[in-house]
Amino acid sequence: MKNQQNITLTRVDWTTVSIYIFLVLFGWMNIYSAAYDASHPFIFDFSKEYGRQFLFILISFFLALVMLYMEGDFFNKLALFIYGFFVLLLALVLVVGKEVNGAKAWFGVGSFGIQPSEFSKIGVGLLLSKYISSTGAKFKNWKTRLVAAGIIGFPALLILIQPDVGSVLTFVAFIFVMYREGLSGNVLIIGLGAIVFGVLSIVSGAGTIDFPFFGEQNGIYLLVVIVTILAILGIVFVRNFIVPRNRKLLYWIIAVSTVASLLFSLSVSYIVENVLESHHRERIYVMLSMPVEREGADYNSQMAKITVGSGGVFGQGYLQGPMTQNNYVPEQWTDFIFSAVAEEWGFFGSLVLIGTFVLLIIRIINMAERQRSQFSRVYGYCVASIFFMHLLINVGMVIGLAPIIGIPLPFFSYGGSSLMGFTLLLFIFLRLDAERLNIFR
Amino acid sequence: MNFDSRRITIILIVSVIGIIYALRLLSLQVINDEWKNQGVALTEKEVIVYPSRGLIYDRKGRLLVTNQTVYDLMVLPKDVKPFDTTAFCKLVGLSYEELTSGLKKAVSWPNVKYKPSPIIKQMTPPEYARISEELYKYPGFFGTPRTLRIYPQSIGALLLGDVAEIDKGELEQKPDYRRGDYIGKSGIEKAYEEELRGTRGVRYVFRDNLGIERNVAEGKLDVAAVEGTDLIATIDAELQRYGEELMQNKRGCIVAIEPSTGEVLALVSAPTYDPNLLVGRTRGNNFRALNSDLQKPLFNRATQAQYRPGSIFKLAQSLTALQLGTITPQTRIVCNRGIIGCHGSHSNDDLEMAIVHSCNPYFRGVMQRVVEGDRDPSSRFKDARIGLDIWQGYIKRFGFGSNLKTDIPGVKTGLVPGVSYYDKWYGELQWAYSTIYSLSIGEGEMLITPIQMCNLACVIANRGWYVSPHTVKQIGNGGKPRDEFLVRYDTGIDTAHFRVVVDAMEKVVGPGGTANRAKLKDIVICGKTGTVQNEPKEDHAVFVCFAPKDDPKIAMAVYVENAGFGGTWAAPIASMMIEKYLTDTVSNKAEEKRILEANFLDR
Repeated sequence: MKNQQNITLTRVDWTTVSIYIFLVLFGWMNIYSAAYDASHPFIFDFSKEYGRQFLFILISFFLALVMLYMEGDFFNKLALFIYGFFVLLLALVLVVGKEVNGAKAWFGVGSFGIQPSEFSKIGVGLLLSKYISSTGAKFKNWKTRLVAAGIIGFPALLILIQPDVGSVLTFVAFIFVMYREGLSGNVLIIGLGAIVFGVLSIVSGAGTIDFPFFGEQNGIYLLVVIVTILAILGIVFVRNFIVPRNRKLLYWIIAVSTVASLLFSLSVSYIVENVLESHHRERIYVMLSMPVEREGADYNSQMAKITVGSGGVFGQGYLQGPMTQNNYVPEQWTDFIFSAVAEEWGFFGSLVLIGTFVLLIIRIINMAERQRSQFSRVYGYCVASIFFMHLLINVGMVIGLAPIIGIPLPFFSYGGSSLMGFTLLLFIFLRLDAERLNIFR
Repeated sequence: MNFDSRRITIILIVSVIGIIYALRLLSLQVINDEWKNQGVALTEKEVIVYPSRGLIYDRKGRLLVTNQTVYDLMVLPKDVKPFDTTAFCKLVGLSYEELTSGLKKAVSWPNVKYKPSPIIKQMTPPEYARISEELYKYPGFFGTPRTLRIYPQSIGALLLGDVAEIDKGELEQKPDYRRGDYIGKSGIEKAYEEELRGTRGVRYVFRDNLGIERNVAEGKLDVAAVEGTDLIATIDAELQRYGEELMQNKRGCIVAIEPSTGEVLALVSAPTYDPNLLVGRTRGNNFRALNSDLQKPLFNRATQAQYRPGSIFKLAQSLTALQLGTITPQTRIVCNRGIIGCHGSHSNDDLEMAIVHSCNPYFRGVMQRVVEGDRDPSSRFKDARIGLDIWQGYIKRFGFGSNLKTDIPGVKTGLVPGVSYYDKWYGELQWAYSTIYSLSIGEGEMLITPIQMCNLACVIANRGWYVSPHTVKQIGNGGKPRDEFLVRYDTGIDTAHFRVVVDAMEKVVGPGGTANRAKLKDIVICGKTGTVQNEPKEDHAVFVCFAPKDDPKIAMAVYVENAGFGGTWAAPIASMMIEKYLTDTVSNKAEEKRILEANFLDR
């Protein structure tokens, strides 16, 4: 047994571990720069973010080591227990959590806080992998789809109550996992279509247009008119160019999709204009470059973009970015840490960072594909998808391609919960991967 | 069913997003300069280096106007961390409400949280020194120096003028000024704004990670500020101060000019105020108080008050008539008091004695000879038109009825009525000399300002010419005055004609003259009193003069409102000023006390 363990450890994917260490240390360097305080220049100073991040790094390295020594089977067998444990924490935080920025997302432990939502993805990943790899789970069946949706949706719902919309959005990542395991590709296409149509609805719904005969009306009606015209054109096209026996089906498709898209578009516009609170609406407007009424509502977005732009090709140099050093971006060391990298390391530095993340994600995907156990493969996809989702939203937010949603950049952003959560997530997979040859199931 | 190929789709999606983000970064960081420029605009401050405004000295090198450094306490909202507001309020001396409203203002339009806004304006150096050591505890708060004007002598408020933040109207006309810049608002500060202001410099700085401001490109882009030019004013600070003292509790003014150069030696408008009142934080309140004061201290009586000149105008009348040849010094006119009243016992004076006695019928007759010159025998109405035109031409050359080309902002022209004026008033050919004879003794429609009266004294002192009165004798230490103040304006009256007028003026101050109170032992003063009727209130006391007779160093006009006889009130003031200026002492202490104690403000 002891021997077996040693053999397994030699099979750990050291390339991924190296990437991990690079990201963690490079992240720490940039946290030091972003949070730099001339009166506390010591990088291990515990009163500053960089000092505390060093502590988090040490804990994370320890956790990583522990995960590598665990039995892979342990995660499979205890998946439900782990899932249940984190769901319980999510429920508990709603009761005893302390409120930070209007969300009850943190357990306070002394001067530190623990954010259970950062860990809950591990539970979801494990249970989802276990369920999908169980015999009988087929995404063709509605039952499978519903159970999977339940596994993902239940903790997501609890996080939504906190409310922490940003963390909920990262749960969308599991769509990729399910797609890989057989969920219809139409889900992705419909999802993409919904994003495009939703943006159009928001943009047109925010203004008014002077219609002939009807006068000044909400701009959303222009979209309604266009969709209706397209539907009519589609019907005319089907009548004239399609063989009769196919027509009936196509008529149905056109009718259903027209009604669905109209309902979708009207409700998106209604929700944005009337249901959302003004600061959420402003964030969406800022992302879509639409005019915002309140002065300064787009401050973070503007400052992030300026900071990124300030980097130029080669960057301003480490600890020398004027926007970063003068704290133009609020709390830059957390969710906006990418802007510090972009400013001080320039376009090349940003490319290296994004490239590293893309390579890491692709590497994890490829590693997932080499698993003999479906459990390990699904879990690998979970890890890759979660990293991808965080990269997509976090970097997108900094460079103005996504709304301002407060989620961390994995291994990079300041914060103990997120660093430990991502470390556990990754190293559980690295353990599973190291065992891939031991398992014949 | 096998879904292995879906790996490719997912890897493709990840890669495409990676490429899209890379392209976006390419646009933000490399291709598009917009964001970079905005960053530079935010972090590389263009610091305006304000040149220190030029100083003003008096003619003897005494400092009249200088600069004082004060500090504005600024806040940069983005750098503010949560702080102990109670301790801060106590430190800087604000109430909690003032602090919160100040902070709120600093982030509301047009202020933004990444640009500094003032929280407390214009703290004195001791005030600022007290708090500056503690300020490091409050990130985001810092002091910036500004300079204010101060007036160490506390004299000559209206003459020196004041400085304040530029207002909207001025800003639209002067594109090279910015919001918050200071600009001269009146007096020398306004007239010589261009010279005093200097040229702004620019420093480009950025803050490094230690919070220290450093020069961009080692200061190669910086433009140095050019200090404002110092001015040497024409006034004599001691004389000005003495004049202001003599005029205390009175309304009126004193103008003293050096005849040979047109340099204003003193320009007193009473009641006056301390020019330091219109500086700094208290300016607004003080300005409102002065502006609503019923005695009008902000009104420069020396240059803006338009009075009827009264008897002193007889001097100009005499000279005009002599030049025209309509009278000679020997001409006698009977003092016929039927048409116009007179005073004193005389009946048939020649010119000299008519001036000494200020004989009204005599000068009615003098002007009649000028105006009714029989130049158009067909009608006395037509004749008067021609005559008045000629008369007006001469009178205007004394500097009456038009802007003296002075450097004092806001001077008034006065009024010398002519043909068109009376045509408008009475109708063409509806008036003759008999309609307008009040002009002959400086009454009627005639209006002149005290500085024009003093200019008349200069013309007589110079025997025929004057230099425009001005207040700055050197632009830059050792420099020259403006070119227009090196020009002599000739009145067109021959020097010979002045002898009789000057002799008469000497007698006015001599034994039995109306201004005998003004007589000095060693200095021969030539003067002329006036007493301007002002029903139903007391008369205005007027006196113009120059001294010494043969080598005039100083010419003066004194106007005391509602004081009574010119000889009793205006002449002694002039006399003491002359003595003070020429000998630096005042011998007649009893007379000085009488003047200092007089109070005409309530009349």
